[in-house]
Amino acid sequence: MVGGTGGGETITMSTHESAVHAADAHAAPQGFIRKWVFSLDHKVIGLQYFFLALVAVFVGMFLSLLMRIHLIWPTVALPFFGEMQPATYLSLLTMHGTIMVFFVLTTAPQGGFGNYFLPIQIGAPDMAFPVLNMLSFWTTFLGFIVLLAAFFVTGGAPLHGWTGYAPLSALRSMPGEELGADLWITSIAIFCLGALMGALNFITTTLDMRAKGMTMMRMPLTVWSWFITAILGLLAFGVLLSAGILLLMDRNLGTSFFVPLVTLNGQLTGHKGGSPLLWQHLFWFFGHPEVYIAILPAMGLCSQLLSVFSRKPIFGYKAMVYAMLSIGFLGFMVWGHHMFMSGMSPYTAFAFSIMTMGIGVPSAIKTFNWLGTIWRGRIRFHSPMLFAVGFVSLFVTGGISGPFLAQPVLDIYLHETYFVIAHFHLIMGVASIFGIFGATYYWFPKMFGKMMNETLAKLHFWLTFVGAYAIFMPMHYSGMAGQLRRYSQGTEVAWIKALTPIQVFISIAAFITIGSQFIFLFNLFWSMWKGKKASDNPWEATTLEWITATPPPHDNFGGRTPVVHNGPYEYSVPGAPKDFVMQTDPEIEPAH
Amino acid sequence: MASFSTTATVDDPRNTLGDGEILPPVLAGGGDDRSGPGMPDYATRLRRARLGLLVLLVPIFMLFVSFTSAYIVRQGLPTLDPQTNLLVKDWIPVKLPTLLLVNTFVLLLSSLGMELARRQFRGEAVLASGDAAPKISSSEQSKMPWLAMTLVLGLLFLFGQWTAWRQLAASGFYVSSTPSSSFVYLLTGTHAVHLMGGILALFVASIAGLFGRALARRSIVIDVTAWYWHFMAGLWVYILCLLEFAR
Amino acid sequence: MGLMLLVVIWLITLVSTYIFIAKWWWLPVGASSAAAAIDHHFTVTFILMGVVFVAAQLALGYLVWSYRDRGSAPGKESYSHGNTKLEIVWTVLTTVLFVGMNLASSSIWASERFRQAEANAVHVEVTGMQFAWYFRYPGPDGKFGVTKPELEDASAGGEAALGMDPKDPASKDDVVSGVMVVPVNREIEVILRSHDVIHSFFVPQMRFKQDAVPGLAIHMHFTPIQTGEFEIACAELCGLGHYKMHGFVKVVSQEEFDKWLAAREAEKQ
Repeated sequence: MVGGTGGGETITMSTHESAVHAADAHAAPQGFIRKWVFSLDHKVIGLQYFFLALVAVFVGMFLSLLMRIHLIWPTVALPFFGEMQPATYLSLLTMHGTIMVFFVLTTAPQGGFGNYFLPIQIGAPDMAFPVLNMLSFWTTFLGFIVLLAAFFVTGGAPLHGWTGYAPLSALRSMPGEELGADLWITSIAIFCLGALMGALNFITTTLDMRAKGMTMMRMPLTVWSWFITAILGLLAFGVLLSAGILLLMDRNLGTSFFVPLVTLNGQLTGHKGGSPLLWQHLFWFFGHPEVYIAILPAMGLCSQLLSVFSRKPIFGYKAMVYAMLSIGFLGFMVWGHHMFMSGMSPYTAFAFSIMTMGIGVPSAIKTFNWLGTIWRGRIRFHSPMLFAVGFVSLFVTGGISGPFLAQPVLDIYLHETYFVIAHFHLIMGVASIFGIFGATYYWFPKMFGKMMNETLAKLHFWLTFVGAYAIFMPMHYSGMAGQLRRYSQGTEVAWIKALTPIQVFISIAAFITIGSQFIFLFNLFWSMWKGKKASDNPWEATTLEWITATPPPHDNFGGRTPVVHNGPYEYSVPGAPKDFVMQTDPEIEPAH
Repeated sequence: MASFSTTATVDDPRNTLGDGEILPPVLAGGGDDRSGPGMPDYATRLRRARLGLLVLLVPIFMLFVSFTSAYIVRQGLPTLDPQTNLLVKDWIPVKLPTLLLVNTFVLLLSSLGMELARRQFRGEAVLASGDAAPKISSSEQSKMPWLAMTLVLGLLFLFGQWTAWRQLAASGFYVSSTPSSSFVYLLTGTHAVHLMGGILALFVASIAGLFGRALARRSIVIDVTAWYWHFMAGLWVYILCLLEFAR
Repeated sequence: MGLMLLVVIWLITLVSTYIFIAKWWWLPVGASSAAAAIDHHFTVTFILMGVVFVAAQLALGYLVWSYRDRGSAPGKESYSHGNTKLEIVWTVLTTVLFVGMNLASSSIWASERFRQAEANAVHVEVTGMQFAWYFRYPGPDGKFGVTKPELEDASAGGEAALGMDPKDPASKDDVVSGVMVVPVNREIEVILRSHDVIHSFFVPQMRFKQDAVPGLAIHMHFTPIQTGEFEIACAELCGLGHYKMHGFVKVVSQEEFDKWLAAREAEKQ
């Protein structure tokens, strides 16, 4: 394989002698560094991504906590921060978005669970390129460090929002946009490289390393979601990288890709002729597929969980696959709906708007199919199922506000209001996070050999589910009433000041909900040591990860080659001895 | 905490499928005619590496598509001239140094050398896979010229690009002089960085040979690097045409 | 647990829907000619999507409770891989709903945005800069004078802030104001400009929002149909003072507008 093993061993071309010592990529590594730090094992790398995302999400949540405090108590002096300046608020907002979108939503579901379970679910012993996999994690980690460094340099973290619109983001002389902005761009560029390396592995592995009998149409929907997400990343991150390079050049080399003739504090900047809209086009060409990257793995997981815990095959497997493929494909054609008010041609706006309505269709199909999966099931209310049900509810709510924003004539009013914040938080900031929670509760037994505490899990679910609605539902109301986003305080504009009571309600709901996440954190670590021992297949599920030992050995299947005979959702098969048939069990008589 | 001790033994059969045979799951024991536990055969590894390369070329392609669209947009973009309150276009085409044509020739020649090297290594690797005697490394020394030539030509190309940059600067076109000059530096620079990656891969493959690393792995590296190299050559021709004709 | 899910989901759905329907918070009353059509379409979208929202959530809650595991053995109807006919039906219905809704709104969009302003519109140049809005009227000659970035001096306010070139004859009758005054029932053509970064001119009651992009002069129009004072807020993150970059639009009668403009012209002499 390209890159080869962890160093040292010679791989011979002999076909008549087996290797004398553990010469392959699947021998267990020795030593702490080889085993835990620079591991080539996709399971360890998956855990590394997971824990990186865990740190990132608590940092991101802390930033939003500070934001919510400032919005309702603008003049209060926070411990350690003092009174928050507008620049600080805007930096918090920028870093909150960047950390959450990149280092949580693109890291945990794909880099974390995808890395851990994709090879196992297709019956492979590892990813196609283990060294590249290891490098992809450490590159992502480096990106995170560079991003956090922005807080500590002169001028602090940038204040241009996670979307980084030029010229605000492109001028070094802009207050708040000093070295921190360059670090921000660099961090994102590094992240792009890590994500591309990961995508390379996911795609090659899925196409080339499926076990015998594991046809594409027998892959679990989780695998499909990781595969399609990787393709989206492959096509989108290159464009983001290009935009970042151009922005760095504008900031540091005096070019004018994005900066027209502008004055700052009465001074000419030396730039001219560039186009701020060019940045928006490049950014959103990446940015829109990015939100599908953030949600598709959660959709795949939701399908998985609903099926397992309803003891019923997923309703419309083929439709689910086609729906995800359409979402991925159409996702590249709708980026202009972020730009209806940007000065873009109204004819172009119309075209983007029609495409955007189109993409609502496969999402609706998936929702119908999830409901169809539950219908006539025999539901077991373990914690992963609660999060799957919560996912459907939150996805519906978040999705419903989409058609409002997709119509330019309504977007005139709603653009840049809290209505938009409600929309994307409900889908990305809650539904997708529920996917991560559900995945954690579901796969924790397999990863760590212990069960998480169900009581704490259920408590975490209820507080988070109700809390998330309490935070984000009111944002629709305040958005319709005209509350604008990215305002560090609501004290200056009269109609915004009048909406303070909603902000207070939201902030209080946020305090409680953020606090509840510590229940999850506690449960996670406590269960690793003190949790009840888990069997190999505690949920009685059918996919390949549940036939391995717990936790799985280095090469996943203990020297065996799984041979697949069934699809991934054979539950309640009439005439079968148990209410589930493993994918490796002898082929069932198709009763449908 | 999780334990990752392997239960695989050295005599385990391969656990990937390269030829469509149906293998019953076996717990342990039984050597077979594949190379080593869990190691897929040469054809599978080559196929997988080539697939990986094909996937890798996609984001590189997207990067340059993105630069191209920025180029086309910027070229045609009118901007508001506050003096006249009118929209004006400010694109000044750059006169490209003729050295670039020489560099193109060098790169295409290196591509030829690369292809010859690729076939050379491939031939040896295939030969070796059917051979009883596993030790090939000593005889590789005499087969280096094509690879070395490619490396030298590649480095010559990069040097030529650097010189072309100096010529551009001497005629007053720095990276920020005009939008058109920005793109010249951007496109040639990004291409050069990517080519350096290919040069590095070849360099490592060459050095690895001197240290007696296995032929199979090196030939796979050279194979995929060759395809990468040809892509870079094609990309360069595209960039040159874009800069020269789309002005 | 199934019952709890049903109760909570239903409660959240019904309470939040009630708050929408009862309009505890809603869009402010429209004051422009476009508002009626926009608001009507907002209501149509709201009703259609509201029905979908309520139906989906109530169904989810109901199904989760109704199909809880009661310990029974799987019945034959439990094993189903789907229903292709049903898939096609709801795909078509969803497509018709979404695309139909969009085409309906597109006709409003077209009528607002696909045409230029009328010939006798009142022209106002709206310039955003960190962190204030300035409004310029072309005066009797109907032409805006030239502005030069080198002449900008924000601290001096008014004409100097815009960088107006006093040597250009067309500038002589330009009136610059910190408040946007416009006559009622006349089409107003705004020409949006920016000196530094992207700002956005947003007047909620007019259902008007448009980014002001440096390097561009964006022409947009609206027709106020009610007199009064309407606050403007900046709707695109533009830096530290984004939250306080606001202004006012004063809609007055035609006579008052003419008087105001004449008085400002006179001041310039």
